[in-house]
Amino acid sequence: MNSLTEKGISAGEGLYSSEFEHDACGVGLLAHINGSKTHEIVEKGLQVLENMVHRGAEGADVESGDGAGILVQIPHEFILLQGIPVPEKGKYGTGLIFFPKEEKERKLCLQMTKEIIEKEGLTLLAMRDVPVNSKILGVASGSNEPLVKQIFITGGENQNDLEKKLFLVRKKIEKATLQSSLKQKRAFYIVSLSTRRMVYKGMLTSLQLREYYPDLTNANFTSGLALVHSRFSTNTFPTWDLAQPFRLLGHNGEINTIRGNRYWIEARESILKSEQLGDINEILPLVQPGMSDSASLDNILEFLVMSGKTLPHALAMLIPESWNDKNPISNDLKSFYEYHSILMEPWDGPATLLFSDGRYAGGLLDRNGLRPARYLITKDDMIVVASEVGVIPFEASRIKEKGRLKPGKMLMVDTEKGEVYYDAELKETLAKAHPYSEWLSKNRISLEDISSGRNVKNNVENFEKQLKVFDYSKEDVEKLIIPMASEGKEPISSMGNDTPLAVLSNKPQLLFTYFRQLFAQVTNPPIDPIREELVMSLTLYIGAQNGNLLEASPDLCKMVKLSSPILTNTEFDILKNLRYKGFKALTLPMLFDPSEGPAALEKAVDELCHKAEQAVNDEYHYIILSDRGVDENHVPIPSLLAVSAVHHYLIEKRKRMQIAVVVETAEPREVMHFALLFGYGATAINPYLSFAVLDDLVKKNDLQLDFHTAEKNYVKSINKGLLKVLSKMGISTLRSYRGAQIFEAVGIASDVLNKYFRGTTSRIEGIGIEDIAKESIASHKKAFFVNDDKDLENKGLYAYRKDGEYHAWNPETISTLQLATRLGSYKKFKEYTNIVDNKPNPVFLRDFMQFKKGKSIPIEKVEPASEITKRFVTGAMSYGSISREAHEAMAIAMNILGGKSNTGEGGEDPLRYKIGEDGLNRRSAIKQVASGRFGVTTEYLVNADELQIKIAQGAKPGEGGQLPGYKVDQIIAKTRHSIPGISLISPPPHHDIYSIEDLAQLIFDLKNVNPQARVSVKLVSESGVGTIAAGVAKAKADMILISGCEGGTGASPSSSIKYAGLPMELGLAETQQTLVMNNLRGQVRLQADGQLKTGKDIIHAALMGAEEYGFATSALIVLGCVMMRKCHINTCPVGVATQDEKLRKRFVGRYEYLVNFFNFLAEDVREHLAEMGYEKLDDIIGRTDLIEFVPSETNEKTKKVNLSKLLALPAEAAEYAIRQVKTQDHKIENVQDRELIKAAMPSIELHVPTELSRTICNTDRTVGAMLSGEIAKHYGNEGLPHDTIRCTFQGSAGQSFGAFLAKGVTFRLEGEANDYLGKGLSGGKIIVVPPKGSTFEPEKNIISGNTMLYGATTGEIYINGIVGERFCVRNSGAIAVVEGAGDHCCEYMTGGRTVVLGEVGRNFAAGMSGGIAYVLNEKDNFDYFCNMEMVELSLIEDSADAHELQGLISAHYRYTASPMAKKILDNWDTYIDKFIKVMPIEYKKVLHDEKMEAIKKKIAQVEYDY
Amino acid sequence: MGNPKAFLTIDRKEAGYRPVLDRISDFGEVEQTLNTGDRILQASRCMDCGIPFCHWSCPLGNIMPEWQDLIYKGKWDEALDSLQSTNNFPEFTGRVCPAPCEKSCVLALSDSPVTIRENEAAVAEHAFAEGYIKPKLPKKRTGKKIAVVGSGPAGLACADQLNKKGHSVVVFEKHDAIGGLLRYGIPDFKLNKSVIDRRLNILSAEGIVFKTKSEIGKNIAIKDVIKEFDAICLTVGSGEPRDLKVEGRELKGIHFALEFLHQQNALVSQKEVPGPELISAKGKKVLVIGGGDTGSDCVGTSIRQGATSVIQIELLPQPPENKNPDTPWPMYPNVLKTSSSHKEGCERRWSLNTKQILGKKDAVTGVVVEEVEWSKDENGAWKMTPTGKTETIKADLVLLALGFIHPVHEGLLDELGLSYDNRGNVEVNALMQTSKSKIFAAGDTITGASLVVRAIDSGRKVAEKIDSFLKQ
Repeated sequence: MNSLTEKGISAGEGLYSSEFEHDACGVGLLAHINGSKTHEIVEKGLQVLENMVHRGAEGADVESGDGAGILVQIPHEFILLQGIPVPEKGKYGTGLIFFPKEEKERKLCLQMTKEIIEKEGLTLLAMRDVPVNSKILGVASGSNEPLVKQIFITGGENQNDLEKKLFLVRKKIEKATLQSSLKQKRAFYIVSLSTRRMVYKGMLTSLQLREYYPDLTNANFTSGLALVHSRFSTNTFPTWDLAQPFRLLGHNGEINTIRGNRYWIEARESILKSEQLGDINEILPLVQPGMSDSASLDNILEFLVMSGKTLPHALAMLIPESWNDKNPISNDLKSFYEYHSILMEPWDGPATLLFSDGRYAGGLLDRNGLRPARYLITKDDMIVVASEVGVIPFEASRIKEKGRLKPGKMLMVDTEKGEVYYDAELKETLAKAHPYSEWLSKNRISLEDISSGRNVKNNVENFEKQLKVFDYSKEDVEKLIIPMASEGKEPISSMGNDTPLAVLSNKPQLLFTYFRQLFAQVTNPPIDPIREELVMSLTLYIGAQNGNLLEASPDLCKMVKLSSPILTNTEFDILKNLRYKGFKALTLPMLFDPSEGPAALEKAVDELCHKAEQAVNDEYHYIILSDRGVDENHVPIPSLLAVSAVHHYLIEKRKRMQIAVVVETAEPREVMHFALLFGYGATAINPYLSFAVLDDLVKKNDLQLDFHTAEKNYVKSINKGLLKVLSKMGISTLRSYRGAQIFEAVGIASDVLNKYFRGTTSRIEGIGIEDIAKESIASHKKAFFVNDDKDLENKGLYAYRKDGEYHAWNPETISTLQLATRLGSYKKFKEYTNIVDNKPNPVFLRDFMQFKKGKSIPIEKVEPASEITKRFVTGAMSYGSISREAHEAMAIAMNILGGKSNTGEGGEDPLRYKIGEDGLNRRSAIKQVASGRFGVTTEYLVNADELQIKIAQGAKPGEGGQLPGYKVDQIIAKTRHSIPGISLISPPPHHDIYSIEDLAQLIFDLKNVNPQARVSVKLVSESGVGTIAAGVAKAKADMILISGCEGGTGASPSSSIKYAGLPMELGLAETQQTLVMNNLRGQVRLQADGQLKTGKDIIHAALMGAEEYGFATSALIVLGCVMMRKCHINTCPVGVATQDEKLRKRFVGRYEYLVNFFNFLAEDVREHLAEMGYEKLDDIIGRTDLIEFVPSETNEKTKKVNLSKLLALPAEAAEYAIRQVKTQDHKIENVQDRELIKAAMPSIELHVPTELSRTICNTDRTVGAMLSGEIAKHYGNEGLPHDTIRCTFQGSAGQSFGAFLAKGVTFRLEGEANDYLGKGLSGGKIIVVPPKGSTFEPEKNIISGNTMLYGATTGEIYINGIVGERFCVRNSGAIAVVEGAGDHCCEYMTGGRTVVLGEVGRNFAAGMSGGIAYVLNEKDNFDYFCNMEMVELSLIEDSADAHELQGLISAHYRYTASPMAKKILDNWDTYIDKFIKVMPIEYKKVLHDEKMEAIKKKIAQVEYDY
Repeated sequence: MGNPKAFLTIDRKEAGYRPVLDRISDFGEVEQTLNTGDRILQASRCMDCGIPFCHWSCPLGNIMPEWQDLIYKGKWDEALDSLQSTNNFPEFTGRVCPAPCEKSCVLALSDSPVTIRENEAAVAEHAFAEGYIKPKLPKKRTGKKIAVVGSGPAGLACADQLNKKGHSVVVFEKHDAIGGLLRYGIPDFKLNKSVIDRRLNILSAEGIVFKTKSEIGKNIAIKDVIKEFDAICLTVGSGEPRDLKVEGRELKGIHFALEFLHQQNALVSQKEVPGPELISAKGKKVLVIGGGDTGSDCVGTSIRQGATSVIQIELLPQPPENKNPDTPWPMYPNVLKTSSSHKEGCERRWSLNTKQILGKKDAVTGVVVEEVEWSKDENGAWKMTPTGKTETIKADLVLLALGFIHPVHEGLLDELGLSYDNRGNVEVNALMQTSKSKIFAAGDTITGASLVVRAIDSGRKVAEKIDSFLKQ
């Protein structure tokens, strides 16, 4: 049953779409390795679930969960005891079915089921009413509750045959349901159907599962394994069928490329043949429509397994580990992966997969390993794999082995044979199954290996006209192409985009500009494509796939391999003329005849599609879509339109796999263009006109390079840019990005999208196919018939031009605003608002809105300005990106006004926490917590009224940042807790937020440190942000900020500023609608920003749902900014965005100007309110019914814009809150810290020592943070004397153990820990040792999870065991000793010491710019695992180093009694030679400079003494 | 772009003027030039702003950042192309423009704007010296004929633009030489007339026909012109000077500034001026009434002619030096402007209202002035209050530089029967058409007296309109 339709909000009316749903979860697997079946396993499975409650979510009504479930082996005895006359084990199949409650519908379903079972030659033996306890359900889950029945089926020749038939039966029922007349198709769902396993699940909380299905608690209900799953969904309407596990899988993660994967599967359907399954057409579609990404993955996994692949084989095809040069796996295995990469693109995204078919059970992590999975094997052969440790307590002495799943690795148990297979073994079997290497070398050719003697021209005829036809501007050449060709990377720019959307522009636009990139936020992490290059790949294959993918055969890999998908003219020429192994190419012109008018385009595209289909029929290997040949009578078809149209047409005809689509086009020039072409299905692109531009520039000597270097640099820039675009969405390979359509269209009519860009969202309608044609024809006409100028036009996109694109910040608006605020003249301010509010043409979507005027009231009745200014905040701009003067002016002004200023990322000088001598308060009320965690200490956190988690930034969502070393001076380094001169890298993701439950954890952490501060989460507008916001609301954020993509930046690639993210209006409206529909709006406040300028803008934002309003660019302008867009080069001539002493003297801004500005804004708001007839802003929040849509007649395109979806008021608004009316329940009342604080009060107040001892379990999270907050409130970062409060814990610590631990606190943990231990460590000491009584060797077993010491500034940590990935990530000063670590150890570290007495994973020291690491290199292979980009390695030669290392290891031994440490210390002389010192090059230089400085001083001193 | 950090290390450097004693003895241009190296450094100071306020404030929309960068790169030819894409005569504006661009340059915030005007002149001079400016004939002629009446900057710009589009243009000028105020209004020491001739040679070679001493309505019949041409553009300027209606105005030795300047320019061009008409400042005490640019030109000319003393008076108060909060950046600042002429030896006084002109034997001997006080009313408008303090300034030559009120109506404009707006300027619609369909007007004729750049801009715009009109 679809809850959406039931509630009367059919998809499409508002901005919400079920497509945007995400989920993340807790997963767990328990099994008796020897297969013995007990009820204990089931019981423990349920316990695991219950101990991961914090990983699930509850909706607005706490009784409705997002979903929970368990997969078990078929409980044969239990079934017999229910009186079902089933035959012996394996001879029958069973499973639960969700039936619609409505009787007529149910009968139909039943009938369908029976018919299909009979048709398959099977017998429906019995049907059982499954007892359920409906009473416990919440409103939402209760309203959706199905009727649950269990069916029993017999037949088949043997178990395998029956198993297969059951699969076919289920698929056929699904197909029949789709084609049936059922009204509520969703309500009929077969949970599982198998002879080996069954699944119980529902829209339940983790705690409800056992109560809802009494079966599960029956002592006779036994199983040898249990796979459990609890769902934390961002989605608003969790449904019963989407609960997990599915038929084979429990998935904690997110498939980012799901759209592409589904389309490619569709495309493949025609070439799949399986003897085992018979006629595949009967079970199509393979992917059940309307389900989640996890469900789709399960569908395909199941299909592959049913067609004969083993579970490991199928999984390795779908979620391959990374296999480029940086990965230490065998060549055979690499060949296996390469071979399969030709058959199937990766299903890319963060994933922990736990799987079982009833016999085998295991787990797998994706290549990035961003979701945790720990396992434990007991001496009595029980295995537990789960997101966390401690979900089931075991006595220390029972434990045989503790480990974790590593990125890309697998683990599997055969419960029949009683064996555990580790990754190496499993993969070895796969790799050896066929001679993959040989197949590849005989069939697959690499384009780069082929050379040709042919002479290829890089210029084009009629060059200048071509440029004009394809709408090249002066800025394209000067601001994009030249920098790319000379630097080899995309140019950087600054400040936000203030030009109109393509659909609102009066100038003709390329079709590309109507699209926006989507990006990952919260639910899945973006990737750092530079520092984590080892998982990235741009490799693509060109060729036709005709053979059956299900049968391994050398023919399948008859392909041309491209390591770069951008083809130079030479490469393209080779490809075009390749006759190798019968390769055949056909060129299809992408042109149309302008004389037939705009209608010609549609016809031409249709023809192109037919020709492409014919090319498949004629057995060509690839088609070349080419726009060469433009002349007076031929206009190019926009390449994106052509590519996507052909791609989708061929998919629909199920002929896409049989041919590759190569594009030879003049159109693309910048990264976004290429990303779009790939995103909509292109295999390779030859941008010949870009190359011709390079050729011309080289010849004119505008580029002082030879052509080949320029070409190489240009291609490199595009490739790097593509990696960046991929990684923004958390996608690692171009193979899976291709066709994944990670874009949203803005301003394109839905009929165009439905026909040519199937699956792409557009929410404001816009241009039709004829408008696209008109724009193409216009440029063509200009080139051939009008404009004879030699010069290219400057469109004024990047810098203002009088006759260029309109900029919202222009000389008039800037100078009027500056004048008004300086003079304190409200009259002048109204001149400013008049210019802004009455723009000649719409620039923003809100320019299409007018509020309905009611009966006006006298302005005196409206709440005072002081009430309104409280709702104002200034944007997050770090001290570092802007000057101290500007930063402090904003803080002072906001403190005077009762609003809030924001530190931005980069800490704050503690001096500002106190009122200044001048009586001014310079403390920023909002302290930002961004991915770099610079300066995020406990003291920083407690000195805040709001803690803001920055997930993304409007100008560059999905990207990190970098403050180059030369900008990091003494003071900036101090506030950021780093070292002057060392580059500071902010990673793209928060390394403690890989999923929504992680965000909940961080919110919990922050709330613990500073319970008084509200916690906010900053998101950037994109389609789907509403669903993410729903998840964030469930994660208990107090406030959500929706940032428009127009927001500014100090430095960002130009294409990100222009093309990523959506306008504020769309994101805000979607968020408001989704939260209201979901009844979550009442518990969370909403803030919006993005080019807000006047009271009218504020009123619009309020009507769309925002309670608070952010201003950044406008505030800077008040302080003197003139939109130089030079922030990134430190030359701001008005002293706002620079650290240059000389330039800072030019700063003329004053906080008084800001006070004027915000008071004026508030007055402006009051006037509007009075006019509308409302006394308070609160009265109009969320009232979209008060907005009137004002169509614009500016041009043909704007006429077509329609905001009805944006302005829809959800029906629930009648019932549910539409603004914040209550606060979140953070559940921090009863945390352990409350007791710790009580016990330690004497220490805090009187500095007397306290010694405590407690037990701890995984549900005790963030232990130590609140205590530390208390200490920091008293003493700041100074803390208490060392070891004043000592506490020993026994057990398994929950996440964030010892987070933000303050100086003076020492935690000793006897047991084990989960992720995020020592996060933000601020001087405390943490010791982790195995539990007393354990017998395993600590140095070989994992004891703590991932991402430890993230953002730690000071403190010490000693760990007697191995830890997970990203140990010491972004450590800026803590000391750590550990006995082995996973991948990415010391990533982005900027200070401190890390000692590893054991092996490390891949990518050690990536992005490490400071601090030192010492690694024991016993296997002599450390250099392979180290990322050498920023560090150098040496032996321990300096005696000071040796001394330091020995001291650290001695301390480690002293605290942990580590056997390994003892061994090393006892044999110091032998071991010292085995240590490698890892030293960042920058750090070395800084140390060297410091030394030189000291020497110089000394010399000066000596001379002075003379 | 150029060198983004140059402005931090390179100071503004103006070429400056020739030494006073040197320059006042001739009518040669007073402004000097920088060497090429320095010029390039000056251009490198441009920051390529995200919002180039210079470009915005330039009436022509010259794209300063682009050609500053091209100068920096030594691409003088491309710099010229960029300049000429918006400005027909950079060699004129580079000399005489008051450069609103520099006033709104972002570096003007720190008092050291880029030397945009000088750079512009340098580009033009470079281009002439290198031969980049050559006659370029239109590819084809449209066969349409246009008469441009008046050969000031508006008329020339209009003619140039229309000719480039292939129309045949005839420029009618009532005086004996082409150039309008450029020729007879601006002294040679600011704009050497050979600079105009140089450009006229190019324009003639490109096919524009210039007819001097051709006053329509006088020696050419209006109806002939209307018959012969497909369109007519009136760019006759704003020639009606503002007069001073006080006692003694009829005395000898009182002249409008332009009569005086016109004569001097004619003399410099070796033209005869009949003795009785000759106005000379030689040995005279000169009083210039009016504190504007024209007044300043009178000062410089008087000094060169050998005046014994020169006083310039102004009714309005003395504007503040350096900065004026009433006209903040990026507006054009109303501040004290000291021209090269002022530095050549002249007294300047403000807030003086001329009450009476005294004379002896029909000839002027002095001027009675009264000090006035200025204040602002609640609406911010200036209010003048007489103080009663009067004095007499001795003078035997009084030059009236009080501006112009509107175009001369009598004669051509009245005979054409055109409508005027409430200020007496020729009224035009949005298509720059006058009340007579094929008669267009531009420049000072429709706006009142203004800057050369505005005139060029108006001339360019009217050319666009005429071109569209002709295509209908």
